[in-house]
Amino acid sequence: MSSLVQIKDVTKTFHRGSEDVPVLSGLNLTVAKGEFLALMGPSGSGKSTLLNLIGGLDRPTKGSVSIGDDRVDQLSERALAAWRARHVGFVFQFYNLMPVLTALRNVELPLLLTHLNKAQRREHAETALKVVGLSHRLKHYPRTLSGGEQQRVGIARAIVTDPTILLCDEPTGDLDRKSGDEILTLLQTLNQEQGKTIIMVTHDPHASARATRTVHLDKGQLSTAQPE
Amino acid sequence: MNWLTQVFAVALFNLRSLPERKGAAVSAAVGIAGVAAVLVGVLAIAQGFRSAMTASGAPDTAIILRSGADSEMTSNFTREETRVISDAPGIARGANGVMASNELFVIIDLPKRSTGTSSNVPLRGVGVAAFDVRSEIAMVQGRKFELGKNEVIVGAGAARAFSGLDVGQSIKIGMNTWNIVGIFTAGGGLAESEIWTDAAVLQPAYNRPEGYQSVYAKLTSAEAYDEFKDALTTNPQLKVKVARLSDHYAEQSTSTTDFITTIGVFIAAMMALGALFGDLNTMYSAVSARTREIATLRALGFGAGPVVISVLTESLALALCGGLLGAGLAYLAFDGYQAATMNFQTFSQVTFAFAVTAPLVLTAVVGAAVLGLVGGLLPAIRAARMPISSALRESA
Repeated sequence: MSSLVQIKDVTKTFHRGSEDVPVLSGLNLTVAKGEFLALMGPSGSGKSTLLNLIGGLDRPTKGSVSIGDDRVDQLSERALAAWRARHVGFVFQFYNLMPVLTALRNVELPLLLTHLNKAQRREHAETALKVVGLSHRLKHYPRTLSGGEQQRVGIARAIVTDPTILLCDEPTGDLDRKSGDEILTLLQTLNQEQGKTIIMVTHDPHASARATRTVHLDKGQLSTAQPE
Repeated sequence: MNWLTQVFAVALFNLRSLPERKGAAVSAAVGIAGVAAVLVGVLAIAQGFRSAMTASGAPDTAIILRSGADSEMTSNFTREETRVISDAPGIARGANGVMASNELFVIIDLPKRSTGTSSNVPLRGVGVAAFDVRSEIAMVQGRKFELGKNEVIVGAGAARAFSGLDVGQSIKIGMNTWNIVGIFTAGGGLAESEIWTDAAVLQPAYNRPEGYQSVYAKLTSAEAYDEFKDALTTNPQLKVKVARLSDHYAEQSTSTTDFITTIGVFIAAMMALGALFGDLNTMYSAVSARTREIATLRALGFGAGPVVISVLTESLALALCGGLLGAGLAYLAFDGYQAATMNFQTFSQVTFAFAVTAPLVLTAVVGAAVLGLVGGLLPAIRAARMPISSALRESA
């Protein structure tokens, strides 16, 4: 498989007052197209920071982050926002849905950044909600949905633009085991049946077991990489 | 188009999430409403005063004073001089002859209805042509005074503001008693603050048998003014100052309206400063409460520009609501409210109605909008500059 994500010699240091806090130190990682990668590690190991660098939400202090043919770390803010809209689907631990919008409108949100017309946007959003099994909840507001359902809406929002890569930050972290399993099954299906490349940050070995590969981060460095 | 869609979409979330922050939103809007209400209220005083002073100032009517006089109080003419003035070209003629009224202007003391305290009221002695010169005068009660008798008619504003000025009552001035025989209106103009009588009766009462203070003349047309003025000002027999009545009243009202406007704008500016901080606080809270939502939108690919504009839109919407509310309340509370104040040119009371006009409301609403934009700017910039990765981790 060809590589989709290439991270080379990436260092990320945060500044807290006068103190420099290194989070990632000379990290190298390659993720193949169609892979379902689990990023594991203890709190503060740099998992989420790495995910943010891949998703263009943050920039490395040193090194390069390439997704496909794009050098994400070199894009301007405006270009980066457009790049995220086109290539990345984010799934957040706490779903991050807009409380004032229905499920359908939440899913339609990223499509506002495309040139689709209103009818096309609605059609795409309905399809995405159908994929996650929520066709019957189109008009529901987030507060009327269970945690599992809200995360499904979050996943529908992430896949609705057919992005190059799905980035999931602890997608089951706020869910009970049963709902978490359903979400993991959904992600697995998206990976296996639709070929979506997924990178998932998780603490949970049960979740990482669903991935095709797991890498462990410790103190800002990759400790093992075990292709299955 | 795409950018506009983003702006519209993000602004819409902001506005739709307003009910979740209604306490802060209402307090910001009410703060701005207070500023707008005060601004409109005070400017309505100035506007009402200006309207009262200029309402009856037709451009084809001229007032003639002695050269160097600021007002009728400091002007004087002999009977001979008024005769020369009346002969000038350009004066219209009517059923009563030349439309020029030789007038006398004195100040009397009368108790105010509201406080009982004495205030200055203008008592004007007019010529027979006065009603032709000021065609807006209309009797609303009683009748006109009869020439040669101690009778007066009272302007509706004066009758409202001062006690003892009802038809059938009389006023005692010096050794003389004057019967009130009618009430008149003057299209809301200055004359409504005055009491009128026959100049020929007023002259001996004030020991000025041959004296007048002003001449009011109706011209054949507004265009006849220049010729009329030139004829008088170049006449070596006269030392006069000629002005269109509209210009004269506008000049008379300037110092009072400027004073009221300055006070009003100063008070409103002080209040605006307070409201600005209220708005800033509200918008910072709004941005803070929506940190994660804003970061999520940015993560999904929405640009910083739409986020800035959406926060500004919310601030603007609150400010406009406040502005309209304040202007509306000011309109309900003040428009048409009858009051009296001092005309500093004649040191006499002018009765007038507060006037909340469309331009005043517009001024208040535009002022509120500016306040909203300024108040929203810093929070909007903060929202746009939040680091997305850390903002996504903010608790909801």
